[in-house]
Amino acid sequence: MIEIKDITKTYGEGEAAFQALKGVSFTIEDGEFVAIMGPSGSGKSTLMHILGCLDTPTTGKYFLDGKDISTLSDEELADIRRLHVGFVFQAFNLLPRTSVLRNVMLPLIYAGVDGEERVARSEKALVATGMPESHFTHMSNQLSGGQIQRVAIARALVNDPSLILADEPTGNLDTKTGEVVLGTFQKLNREHGRTIILITHEHDVAEHAERIIQLRDGLVVSDSKQHARRHVKHAV
Amino acid sequence: MKLNDIAHETYAALSANKVRSGLTILGIVIGISSVIAMVSIGTGASNTISSSIESLGSNLIQVTPGAQRTQGFGASGGRGGAKTLTNEDADAIATQIADIEAVDAQVSGRYQVTAKGTNTNTSVTGVTSSYPQIRNVEVEEGSFISDTQNSSASKVAVLGPTTRDDLFGEGATGIVGQAVRINGMEFKVIGITVGKGGTGFQNQDDIIFIPARSAQRYLSGDQYLTTIAVQASTPEAMTQVQADVTALLLDRHHISDVALADFSVLNQNDILSTASSITSTLTYLLAAIGGISLLVGGIGIMNMMLTTVTERTREIGLRKAIGAKKSDIRAQFLAEAIALTVIGGIIGIALGWLISFAVNLTGLVTTSVSLSSVLLAFGVSAITGIVFGYYPARRAAELNPIEALRYE
Repeated sequence: MIEIKDITKTYGEGEAAFQALKGVSFTIEDGEFVAIMGPSGSGKSTLMHILGCLDTPTTGKYFLDGKDISTLSDEELADIRRLHVGFVFQAFNLLPRTSVLRNVMLPLIYAGVDGEERVARSEKALVATGMPESHFTHMSNQLSGGQIQRVAIARALVNDPSLILADEPTGNLDTKTGEVVLGTFQKLNREHGRTIILITHEHDVAEHAERIIQLRDGLVVSDSKQHARRHVKHAV
Repeated sequence: MKLNDIAHETYAALSANKVRSGLTILGIVIGISSVIAMVSIGTGASNTISSSIESLGSNLIQVTPGAQRTQGFGASGGRGGAKTLTNEDADAIATQIADIEAVDAQVSGRYQVTAKGTNTNTSVTGVTSSYPQIRNVEVEEGSFISDTQNSSASKVAVLGPTTRDDLFGEGATGIVGQAVRINGMEFKVIGITVGKGGTGFQNQDDIIFIPARSAQRYLSGDQYLTTIAVQASTPEAMTQVQADVTALLLDRHHISDVALADFSVLNQNDILSTASSITSTLTYLLAAIGGISLLVGGIGIMNMMLTTVTERTREIGLRKAIGAKKSDIRAQFLAEAIALTVIGGIIGIALGWLISFAVNLTGLVTTSVSLSSVLLAFGVSAITGIVFGYYPARRAAELNPIEALRYE
């Protein structure tokens, strides 16, 4: 469960100070599929960094699974990221010249998981995203855009995190491939009960989620639950 | 992060840019191999010099004449050129000084020598029967000069192998009993010595030995000696013998001030230590030249690692987002730098060994690669990797993940 209370984030000091978040509060229950929307400059990237434990808020509290993480050090944040957060980025997601399986293993390598367990968990995560087994040994630079994002999703899943954070995951993909990737998220959410937070500026993308939080100028302007209006059929 | 995973990542990273990794390794190879080769050449040269000094004889103290001094403000003669040592000085040393094994009075000069139509110009040394013992000379054929031959000033000669080759042809046998003419006078050959090999500056085998008294009577025409060689009974006694000889000769020559002595007493250990201090300075100098090229190689590593860190900024950001700690990132980049130097170190040691072997083949110096120099070179290469890899690795570890992910 994610609980944020009155979070602010200020960059710079004195007259040059810029407040990216001006007091944001919400709660996301386990198993939710949330889209955080907003135009550029609305503070959604800053919010994603804080939710993903890459950064800490200037003021306010952030509880992840009941643990207050708003005051942790860099090294403690690294531990939280490794154990509780899975990231899917817009671009440059995989290590070049590295096999699909090895890419997925990366969080487990840093967590010190070794041997057969590491391979088994990585393969399971890849299967969950619908990656065909014949591709497991392919090099990352031999993959299509959609396949790259699936490998990235598998990597985000492999540590069994509390939440998966996807930052514009379809931004570099054509509409059709984007749909497949979003379908993968829906499947993981519905069938595996994963908590997913999708950061996007596109309505079409946000409509795949079941709750949309809209940001503008560092404040929440709307927070609405819905039945996902768009369902990707035959996902995977 | 486990060791085998670090090894895997390091291999992947270094093999991704083989040319760049290869050139960086080459820098270290040149550095390490030059250290090894230079040190081995230096050590070899110093061994050659020490062994040739030791081949002169053991526990040896040499007395040579000093500069001839005239009364008042007269010109000083060259050192060693004076005629101040006599047979009586040699006898006095032999009878009055303790802890000595043998004394040899020598008179040397260069003369024209002929035999059966061939001729050569060589060093003719008048010696006594103790010469072989003091100077480690062995007789291959015939016999050496005896005390009787010396006191009766017999016209007998013992030839060095090179002189024998020059006068009678390479490897000639049956020379004993034949005659050679030294400065026009006929001497009977009674023996041939075993070769000692060259010392680099002079050939110890190009020599003719005759009795010292004969040399004084027939060649130099006076009563003076050019060298008195004294062999101490033990290495420990050398300093005492040297002092005693000095005191005795000062007394005999009626000189009260040591600084005005008309002779000099050289201890073989002094020569050896002077020579070894020269050669060890030479070795340090050579090692320093090698060390500089190693430093340049190390800077090459740092340069490559800094470029790599910049190029892989987004990868570092991604790794951090996934949960890599600073120590994980630091270990990864440090491992790459150390791998480069260790690979370079191993190739460098092999190449250095090869260079030292090749120098050996030329026959100029007998080089020797010591285990300590190999260990030193290897240790230095590992330290180079750590020192020059640490800064780039730390820079990578300290990157802010958000900025690193945004890096274009």
